[in-house]
Amino acid sequence: MKKRILFFAVSLLTLPVIFLTGCGKSSSALDTGDAAQKVYVNPGEYDEFYSFMSGGFSGQVSVYGIPSGRLFKVIPVFSQNPETGYGYSEETKAMLNTSHGFIPWDDAHHPSLSQTDGLSNGKWLFINANNTPRIARIDLKDFETAEIIEIPNSAGNHGSPFTTENSEYVVASTRFSVPIPNADVDIKSYKENFKGTISFVKVNPESGKMNLEFQIIAPGLNYDLARAGKGPSHGWAFFTSYNSEQANTLLEINASKNDKDFIAAINWKKAEEYLKAGKAKDMPADYYHNYVDEKTRVAKSENLKTVKVLDPKDCPGMIYFLPTPKSPHGVDVDPTGEYIVAGGKLATVIPVHSFSKMLKAIEEKKFDGDVQGIPVLKYAEINAGEVQNPGLGPLHTEFDDKGYAYTSAFISSEVVKWKLGTWEVVDRIPVYYSIGHLMVMGGDTKKPFGKYLVALNKITKDRYLPTGPMLTQSAQLIDISGDKMKLLLDFPTIGEPHYAQGIEASILKKDFMKIYENSKNGNPYATKGEKDAKVVREGNTVRVYMTAARSHFAPDNIEGIKVGDKVYFHLTNLEQDWDVPHGFAIKGMTNSELLIMPGETRTILWEPKQPGIYPFYCSDFCSALHQEMSGYARVSPAGSTVQLSYGTSK
Amino acid sequence: MTTRSRYLIAFASILLLGTFISPIWKIDIEAPQYPEGMGLYIWINKITGEGPNDLNTLNGLNHYIGMKTIDENSIPELTYMPLIIMVLAAAGLLIAWKGNKKLVLAMIIVIVLLGIAGIYDFYMWEYDYGHNLNPNAPIKVPGMSYQPPLLGSKQLLNINATSLPWIGSLFIGASLMIMAITYFLELKAARSAK
Repeated sequence: MKKRILFFAVSLLTLPVIFLTGCGKSSSALDTGDAAQKVYVNPGEYDEFYSFMSGGFSGQVSVYGIPSGRLFKVIPVFSQNPETGYGYSEETKAMLNTSHGFIPWDDAHHPSLSQTDGLSNGKWLFINANNTPRIARIDLKDFETAEIIEIPNSAGNHGSPFTTENSEYVVASTRFSVPIPNADVDIKSYKENFKGTISFVKVNPESGKMNLEFQIIAPGLNYDLARAGKGPSHGWAFFTSYNSEQANTLLEINASKNDKDFIAAINWKKAEEYLKAGKAKDMPADYYHNYVDEKTRVAKSENLKTVKVLDPKDCPGMIYFLPTPKSPHGVDVDPTGEYIVAGGKLATVIPVHSFSKMLKAIEEKKFDGDVQGIPVLKYAEINAGEVQNPGLGPLHTEFDDKGYAYTSAFISSEVVKWKLGTWEVVDRIPVYYSIGHLMVMGGDTKKPFGKYLVALNKITKDRYLPTGPMLTQSAQLIDISGDKMKLLLDFPTIGEPHYAQGIEASILKKDFMKIYENSKNGNPYATKGEKDAKVVREGNTVRVYMTAARSHFAPDNIEGIKVGDKVYFHLTNLEQDWDVPHGFAIKGMTNSELLIMPGETRTILWEPKQPGIYPFYCSDFCSALHQEMSGYARVSPAGSTVQLSYGTSK
Repeated sequence: MTTRSRYLIAFASILLLGTFISPIWKIDIEAPQYPEGMGLYIWINKITGEGPNDLNTLNGLNHYIGMKTIDENSIPELTYMPLIIMVLAAAGLLIAWKGNKKLVLAMIIVIVLLGIAGIYDFYMWEYDYGHNLNPNAPIKVPGMSYQPPLLGSKQLLNINATSLPWIGSLFIGASLMIMAITYFLELKAARSAK
């Protein structure tokens, strides 16, 4: 049996590859048509949409223009970025603190734009860290990471953050069940000791600040992906799970045995009531909440020690299991909020659950037993339909504005278009190769833009000029405005793009930031004008209050630093002009350079080990005399009598 | 003078105060690196940028060619121009009250003379600003001076500067026009009365 499944999977995987490598080129050449015109954005003109793509193992978020597929920015989130100093500078280091210490990297999967009434409002972008469970919030005024909250009692934060309709919450769930609280136990005691948690992180509607409001203890399964309900299903959230077998080894076989696994349907409004009624227990925990202080723009960490936990045993009606075929991966709610589409990655159909039927089944108690006290609803009672022949390995579904759904099929490497209600497949298009997520602009909101679909592929192979064993990852833009889907463009992405979000450019363009205002610079080490530039010694700490403005640093000659000193360069960029960052680099620095935006103060620590002269310079070509924007620091031996002096020669 | 004429003169005098609520001159600046544009507004009592940081940015750029920093404190005109305007407005109101036609003519002449003097002064300020350069400036182009235009456009290295009177000047112009028309109407009325 085991062997047969393996053989089946292997043959499924190889067949499309053989097929596609054979005729991929010719078909794409034939398909071109007016594609070039549709993706061409005249020089100096703007794209219609922004797309935010997760960087996957890069830990970052990339910002693309659609339809051109041009990369605009990589926003550092979970990974240190020596290019800007993110995670190295004294102002940003705290962002990467966790209960495990400072972590320079993570695996970022699912961006989620904040919403009002089920529509993207352009305020914030949330994204999960999969490895060390966290959720980050990026402020879309300056496209910078503003906050990161760690999720305790969790492992593998995959089903996250997936906002609710008004961004009341972003969610988190455990891809890996673990002992809660974590403990040194026999791995084989999985069934007895391992649990999952589903977390609700509250978002302050004004400031965006996140707070882990409550966690729900759930049976020890692998919770995979999530979606919040909308419209009629607002107040509910859905979480797929696999491994209902509760295997703890060789999951590819042992967790693929059962015909059905579960989607956990959680009534979070009910959970809020239980929370209010005092049903939650305070559980000791250890997690970090890091955020950029609004006044100083310096990241702070707080270590939190308790979390409110709801146990389904004490909270009837809060959680139900919807049986769903074969290890479902994605769970997606259609724009009306009625249909819950599961991507049963090993299933031969796409099961679609009905929210209204689910409510009725709950009311009429149409249960099929329970799992650890959680009622399992009867499949036939909640199922709205099944899409037949949906491609092999269906993973994720998004929607357009005309009542169609688009499902990615990993194994058969295609996007399948089908109709909600009739469950009929109406079109399919190959993608190159092995698509994971797909994204329709606004496809997870109440009003999708049925214009473009972005396929986020897992395998690139021969699509671009080869670059050795490691290749770029690839996205593909597909026109979905007509009856037939049309491939428009291939474009490379950073890291591995798991999921993406799209938003109309006009929403973000109307209120964007050009500079940070000097008058609002609240950094305690800011230098507000050149005349205030100075160097101060405090024991063996030397603080250099330095300004940068085209095309000089002040001071630019510093003497009296000694080996063994900790030298903090506090750089303030005095410019108030759009797109005039300055950089700072000094020979032998062991951490990173600094990039300082206009009106910003950033600090880097330098610990010179040898006496000598050390030049420093601006690393961002800022002006006609950029090459002159430099200076010298003199380092004397420890115990030297060279006096501290500094200045700019007049 | 008729009551209507006196009201017109009073109105024209008050119009002069419009220079307190809008700039009298504007210099637009275009450069390849500034697609969004920059601009300077010259008021009777201050100099401001079109954008909140334009003045600061221009001063920063101008140090490369050795132009002086535009500092309101070093421009005495910004102190006495508002006084002149206030005195003119008060005088106008007094003339309206008195109803003396000849004084209206005198007022018109004074405003025109002051206007010419003001434009000449502005030109001289621009001349000084564009010619009196720091000898240690990093960028020195032989034979190049950077005097902004008084009226119209001029290319200065990578910058195209366009200088035009702004709404404040229109207030003065309108005031002058009303006074002149009133004066001529009065003159005509006096002639036909004879």
